[in-house]
Amino acid sequence: MRGSPLMKEWTKNKVLFLMVLPAIVYYFLFSYLPLAGMVLAFKNYRFDSGIFGSPWAGFNNFEFFFKSGKAWLVTSNTVLYNAAFIVSGLILQILVAIVVAEIAGRYVKKLMQTTLLFPFFLSWVVVGSFVYNLFNYDVGSINGILRALGIEPVDFYGNPNYWSYILLFFNNWKYIGYNSLIYLAVIVGIDKSLFEAAEIDGASIFQRIRAITLPLMIPTVMILLLLSIGNIFRGNFDLFYQIVGNNGLLFDATDVIDTYVFRSLIHSQDIGMSAAAGLYQSVLCFAIIMTSNFIVKRIQPDYSLF
Amino acid sequence: MRRRSKDRALFQALGYLYLGCLSLLCLLPIWLIFSGSLSSEDDVIRHGYEMIPRNVSFAGYRMMFEAPEAILRSLAVSVALTVVGVACGAFLTAMTAYVIQRPDFKYRNVISFYIYLTSVFTGGLVPWYIMMVNYFHMRNNFLALIVPLLFNVFYILIMKSFFRSIPDAIVESGKIDGAGEFAIFLKLVLPIAKPGLATISLFIALAYWNDWFSAMLFINKDSLIPLQLFLYNLVNKAEALNNLAGQTGIPMTELPKETVKLSMTVLVITPIMFIYPFVQRYVVSGVTLGAVKG
Repeated sequence: MRGSPLMKEWTKNKVLFLMVLPAIVYYFLFSYLPLAGMVLAFKNYRFDSGIFGSPWAGFNNFEFFFKSGKAWLVTSNTVLYNAAFIVSGLILQILVAIVVAEIAGRYVKKLMQTTLLFPFFLSWVVVGSFVYNLFNYDVGSINGILRALGIEPVDFYGNPNYWSYILLFFNNWKYIGYNSLIYLAVIVGIDKSLFEAAEIDGASIFQRIRAITLPLMIPTVMILLLLSIGNIFRGNFDLFYQIVGNNGLLFDATDVIDTYVFRSLIHSQDIGMSAAAGLYQSVLCFAIIMTSNFIVKRIQPDYSLF
Repeated sequence: MRRRSKDRALFQALGYLYLGCLSLLCLLPIWLIFSGSLSSEDDVIRHGYEMIPRNVSFAGYRMMFEAPEAILRSLAVSVALTVVGVACGAFLTAMTAYVIQRPDFKYRNVISFYIYLTSVFTGGLVPWYIMMVNYFHMRNNFLALIVPLLFNVFYILIMKSFFRSIPDAIVESGKIDGAGEFAIFLKLVLPIAKPGLATISLFIALAYWNDWFSAMLFINKDSLIPLQLFLYNLVNKAEALNNLAGQTGIPMTELPKETVKLSMTVLVITPIMFIYPFVQRYVVSGVTLGAVKG
């Protein structure tokens, strides 16, 4: 052993090894052990026998999950919501970045940017309060306005149709300021002489944006797009849980894989089936991340995750 | 020339309109919370929450001050959580990032891969939860609030790219002076990396201050409930409201049940509003650092 490369490196860089040790132990305990715990998906979990001692259940948990009819529903909800978030976010955020980069008035601009970034700092619990404040049937602001106008109040919590728009609104509300900063950084990085040349050639501001700003943003946009597609099977648990909560009437329209797994685990205590649903999600995530990363690597190796 | 200046004016007008509308939409929910928290309970029951309170009342706030123990305890948990979390998290993240970017450290790529893999393939919520509860005995344990957010691959990447921008010569000069690796990191490299450290500290602080998920999963003891979960329970669970009311001694009929929820929300937002102007620029630098991933 003394001559092995690992031992040689250990004697040479003992301190560096010790410095990275906390991270190694941390990820072993809280990521790799749970990874091994995924066998739960194939087990009939019993509290007294633990993860590894519980009896095997074959593919029963998966069968149960797929036959419940929920698998397809939560998967398509997850993908469709994420797709809507990605597309709407992309358009709104790029527009913000372009406008901020081009308009005059330093202080007003700064003030507006500051306002847009503020929601990024607030917790989803606070967003949950906003939703309660706006949409509650008895005391919500919106129904207050409707009543004052003599219109029948709307029972938002009893009607699933409204919630996709509410979720879409608050997702954009939370991230618009933060994500537009990324695009702004790209615009700021564009070579100024290109804009000056366009100016001299008599291009209008709209032509300039179409011919210079947008094309030069495409590489970054593509990368960010592919990275978010890599996460398309991951629902934003905080968003869905804080806005929708445990309202069974709304589940068909708003349940994503993450909220479904959480509820099966905590409320129905169906450990095996929720582990199976979780494993199903992990595999989907892994496959799509590998694919999108492969494509990113082909286009722009610097931006690939690994 | 005239057309160009007309285009410019049109763009300015549209741009201001767009940003102005978005800003108003961003502020609207926050405004409604403030206004609602200052309304009188009777007005809220009769007309709902409104843009401007009909009668200004501090009943919601007064109720919180009547029984401050529970709120102060949650506040203390949140503050302790954030302070401990940032101190440990930022230091450990920086130390890890420093090692895995050292060009002369042979196993840096193996260890990087070991760390990155966890962000690509996870075991999911269920095995993690079972491990935390049944194997690590994290239920009603302060560590259960610290551990889940301690390391984050994204912050390691930010710090790594920050350290990469520091010349190797600094490490070399430390070695020549006979300093040990840990001293070089602590006394030479870390001070230069302060801006990066400030950025990840802010992100980590925000994550801990705003976290409610770990508390919801692992905590049901009152003395360990952080502020966010306290607010969540108050808004969503009647029993939490009744508990608070019981401590105040205010008769049930006079309780400002609705406005106290919003007063509590304001209390949770306020600290963020005060520090926001000072820390905003670190978020901006975080975005730029994250974009040039190393």
